[in-house]
Amino acid sequence: MALINLSKREIHCKIVYYGPGRCGKTTNLLYIYNAMNNQARGKMLTIETKGERTLFFDLLPLNLGKINGFDIRIQLYTVPGQVIYKATRKLVLKGVDGLVFVADRLKVRHGKNMESLQDLHRNLLEYNLTTEEIPIILQFNKCDLVPTPIPTLTKEELEIDLNSELNTKVFEAAATKGIGVFETLKEISKRTIQYVATKHLSTKLSG
Amino acid sequence: MADLVLTTSVLEETKIQIENVLIQAGVNTVLLIDEAGNVVAACGHKTCDLDMTSLAALAAANFGATSQIAKLIGEDDFSLLFHKGKKDSVHFARISTDLILVTIFGESVSLGLVRLRVAQLAKTIEKTFGQNN
Repeated sequence: MALINLSKREIHCKIVYYGPGRCGKTTNLLYIYNAMNNQARGKMLTIETKGERTLFFDLLPLNLGKINGFDIRIQLYTVPGQVIYKATRKLVLKGVDGLVFVADRLKVRHGKNMESLQDLHRNLLEYNLTTEEIPIILQFNKCDLVPTPIPTLTKEELEIDLNSELNTKVFEAAATKGIGVFETLKEISKRTIQYVATKHLSTKLSG
Repeated sequence: MADLVLTTSVLEETKIQIENVLIQAGVNTVLLIDEAGNVVAACGHKTCDLDMTSLAALAAANFGATSQIAKLIGEDDFSLLFHKGKKDSVHFARISTDLILVTIFGESVSLGLVRLRVAQLAKTIEKTFGQNN
């Protein structure tokens, strides 16, 4: 649910990072927070458990500059990945305008990735939304583990598991090192703003 | 959940209503937010000192979480959502389906007065937004 404030000439959009537990959603936000300057970023808010797992959500507000005289303000949210937090994930998805699905390249997380994507589809349906309508992109995280002895999934395996239906753009990332983090953010921001703008810019915003 | 397009007239009218009904009654700060956690309007003399973005996101999440608790025990919604602090307290109220009114007030204002004024304000805000859509 984007908020378009014609009085202040601001557009507020909500982008949610979704994915299984420990796939690196919060790490994405932390890297963005640390890399951006104070003028472009707001205060990062995290609600986590004692063991540093996200309990409710993380929030990072960003100011992405102006388009057509409108200030673009984006709020990045993460969801708690653990299966038991289904209800909280659904709450965070309320009013979503764009999605990043962060998949884990670890071989042991193969099932968890698919389970999380199915959970996303189910939760979106409860708001009468689908991934065909809402902009979504995929990020295959932990690509830095590929050359190590730790068993990982290949890009092709992940494409078959997760992208055969979505058929969307994929970014390989290593969020701890910042690889692919801003590429992902740039693409989803672009698609989300386009999605919101095509609904409103041509009509109400021109006035 | 439809996008919310705020025109200057609706926003100004809403702010005047909040000022007249709640701020003049002695309330510190009033935030009108949507269910996604966006700030629609902020009024009061403490708005500059508060992190509005975080407050709105947490208030929306809090409201959503308690609504789910209500459903788990067989209720549709809790009509009163209120947190009492040592100095300041917070009152949450749903307005129509998409908006939440967050009222922060000190010891000098009674909860009863806040509830009464919020109920009164909810109707006028609902009407203002209804006319806009």
